[in-house]
Amino acid sequence: MTRASHRGNSQPRWLFPFVITVIFFLSVLPLGRLAVTGIASAMQGGARQMLGDPGVWQAAYNTLFTSFFGMIAAVLLGGGFALLLTLFDIRGKTALGFLFMLPTMIPPQVTALSWIGMTGPSSTLLKAIGLAPPLGSPQPLYSIGGIALLYGVQNAPLVYLSLRAGLLALPRDGVEAARLAGASSWQVLRDVILPLSLPGLAAGAAIAFVSCVGNFGIPAILGIPASIYTLPTLIYSKFASFGPGTFGDVSLLSALIAILSIAGLAVEERVLRGRDYRVIGLSGQVAVFRLGSWRRMAELGLWLTIFVILFMPLTALVASSLAPAYGVPLSTSTATLHAYREILFRQAVTRTAFTNSIGLSLGTAFGLLVVTVLTGYFLVRGKSRFTRVISALAEIPYALPGIVLAVAFILLFAAPIPIIGVSIYGTIWIILIAYFSSFFAVSLKPVVSAFRQVDPSLEEAARLAGAGFGRRLRDILVPLVAPAAGASVILVFLIACNELTISALLWSAGTQTLGVAIYNLDDSGSFNLASALSVLVVVMVVAMMIVLELMAKRLPKGVVPWRS
Amino acid sequence: MAKLILNRLSKSFEMGGRPAVNDVSLTVREGGFLALLGPSGCGKTTVLRMIAGFEQPTDGSILLGERVLADAGEMVPPEHRNMAMVFQSYALWPHMSVTENVGYPLKVRGVSREKRQRKVAEALAAVRLESYANRRPADLSGGQRQRVALARCLVTEPDVVLLDEPLANLDRHLRQEMEETFREFHARSGATMIYVTHDQAEAMALATDVAVMSEGRLLQVATPEEIYARPEGRLVGGLVGQGAVLSLASPHDDKRLLDWPAMQAMLAKSRSGPAADVLVRPQDVEVVPNGIPATVLSVLFEGERYALRLALPDGQTLRAFSRQPAKAGDVLEVAIHSAWRL
Repeated sequence: MTRASHRGNSQPRWLFPFVITVIFFLSVLPLGRLAVTGIASAMQGGARQMLGDPGVWQAAYNTLFTSFFGMIAAVLLGGGFALLLTLFDIRGKTALGFLFMLPTMIPPQVTALSWIGMTGPSSTLLKAIGLAPPLGSPQPLYSIGGIALLYGVQNAPLVYLSLRAGLLALPRDGVEAARLAGASSWQVLRDVILPLSLPGLAAGAAIAFVSCVGNFGIPAILGIPASIYTLPTLIYSKFASFGPGTFGDVSLLSALIAILSIAGLAVEERVLRGRDYRVIGLSGQVAVFRLGSWRRMAELGLWLTIFVILFMPLTALVASSLAPAYGVPLSTSTATLHAYREILFRQAVTRTAFTNSIGLSLGTAFGLLVVTVLTGYFLVRGKSRFTRVISALAEIPYALPGIVLAVAFILLFAAPIPIIGVSIYGTIWIILIAYFSSFFAVSLKPVVSAFRQVDPSLEEAARLAGAGFGRRLRDILVPLVAPAAGASVILVFLIACNELTISALLWSAGTQTLGVAIYNLDDSGSFNLASALSVLVVVMVVAMMIVLELMAKRLPKGVVPWRS
Repeated sequence: MAKLILNRLSKSFEMGGRPAVNDVSLTVREGGFLALLGPSGCGKTTVLRMIAGFEQPTDGSILLGERVLADAGEMVPPEHRNMAMVFQSYALWPHMSVTENVGYPLKVRGVSREKRQRKVAEALAAVRLESYANRRPADLSGGQRQRVALARCLVTEPDVVLLDEPLANLDRHLRQEMEETFREFHARSGATMIYVTHDQAEAMALATDVAVMSEGRLLQVATPEEIYARPEGRLVGGLVGQGAVLSLASPHDDKRLLDWPAMQAMLAKSRSGPAADVLVRPQDVEVVPNGIPATVLSVLFEGERYALRLALPDGQTLRAFSRQPAKAGDVLEVAIHSAWRL
């Protein structure tokens, strides 16, 4: 019989130090390092020098301008979809909702490529149908407006989800009471539903804004050729022309992005304060308004939108990938699978990228799962005062734009690691660690919601049965959270595999990822190869989303991000 | 096996807050069946969870025979206590079959497969669930789940079996059946059992000893008969059995069991002096000629009899049973044959 000073709680003594260590290395240390460098650089006059640089002002202005109009576009698109699909008797809601969610899961650089393929004088699609503008006319998307438009398309689903969650959480009896008070459908919508759903819309707009501020893929592909820089692409170009002041400059720029993001997140936090998504009991039960003769019009409008923002760009992407060379007209006789053969079998660079991305994503997804199962258990079962702080610290790296995190890890690992004296800068390991940090929150969320659903007495019964922590974990807890853990693995894999922002800064020869490969192929003019690689990525994304969609019934609420 | 001793046990969840359990001392004899009775929030579940090892006492200690299980400094984790528990939610593992659920404590203890199968079969036979061995908990009814949970307790021959309101989620018919099963289980296993409930009828029917708790304190421990006939204090009197508590002028002697003449004397006196609380059970109130007048407040037909609520001339209420129907507003004359001074 062993006796231990064991505060009656179920956790082994090593769990708390373990969680603290994980949070320290994945969140506190990199962000702390970034802050220290930023502050040191500001103290040495770096701030004044940076503020005197018109390029920085221009980039900040571009970032704010594109993000603001991107947010407006996202609110119009996402808000319209959320209202129509949630409140009205539209047919085919599930299909429309799923398709509308796709753009946010497709990596931004692929979105940008597909839209380029759809517009401009060299568009294979437009040439094939004889609608291409004359040669020499400018590509309209290589502009501030183009960037803002694609921001809107990419982030509209974020507004959609946030507003939809708000609409579904509306009290049904409030709507019914208004009806009984004699209000018409239109008056109920105007006087009850819209005012009550405003926080959801505002929160969605704030998330969309933050996401635009940190976006790298779209301005990298659309902005850099036209010399339009946003803050993230400016950081990228500073690294490309590396100089003695680079570290100080980029840490200040990152701080600027971080401040913009935190301001946006603070808005979201404020409008959503006190709202708990877990208690939504009547999902899909909101009063459905009849559109009557307008229904056909509305459905046509929705499908037309899906056609323009999803099907047309993707068709253009496929068309570009089948064209023998950029700008050559596509017909049944010229179509070729050459590009696919090239990227799958011939080009060492793309093969390496596949291996790297899949390896990194699998490593991140499964490696993080081990960490998040233990951390999730600690957060849900723990009686520690620190649980709130720890969950906040776990969220921060994911909430911040990837470019900020990438800079933090560069600063952290630029010099060899103290004591062991090994440098991981330029190796695949720095990308892996940055992924761990960035996707920690993605992996943690499904696991935490699953643990919340497990009745504590199930574990207590196992304790009385004589099972120690490891045994309980293996026999009781892990089987019970397995579906959510599976979802967590797929989600992390999906996001990590498509990621560009972090690896764009951290890659070097031999460690390029799929995102980097697509960007580099496009940058070097191999538009058809870039398109072919993008098509494969889109196929992979859709396949994994379908798997998650099929799993959704067995998962706790809120695990699959596009279902509310 | 040995007796379980709670020695001045206290538990506060917040520093300086009101203690959930306050200075509880109690000895459960070996093989005893103790019911912990009290209204919800009285601390009875916290006592049970401290015995199980899910909570650590902030003061006092828990001993099993000579062995200290827990005190404010150290504790034996639940894994090593050789106790078993039936939870209010049953706590069956949904991903395991009935056999796997029941056999899990043996598997953890490293018992060989053949021995495990034999023991599980025995336990399932004891709760009459042999034919459900391969089902999942989700395919069982509430009563069957409860019996699986019980079989899981039976299988390891634990020193102490803890039951946390095990009948709270069952309907009335199943409750009676399960009470029978618990009695059988107690007789068969000979384990010390501690049964938490807020239902006094359940406690009386099952336990060899009843401990009444309120607001974290232990009010009285006694056999069911004793606690029914001679409750200590107003709280226990109000909690155990039916009855009404009257506040009457204090008699001169300190006799506690009062007969009708004594009651008549007390009722006749003015209540200006020191008061005494007197418990009157409804079966001791009889409608007689020449009794004291009482106005009927309400009548409830219970099938075999009528339950009356009466008001005495000074406004205090009394409960009584009657074979004859009565109407609200009637004035009856009643005698109180027996009463207990709290």
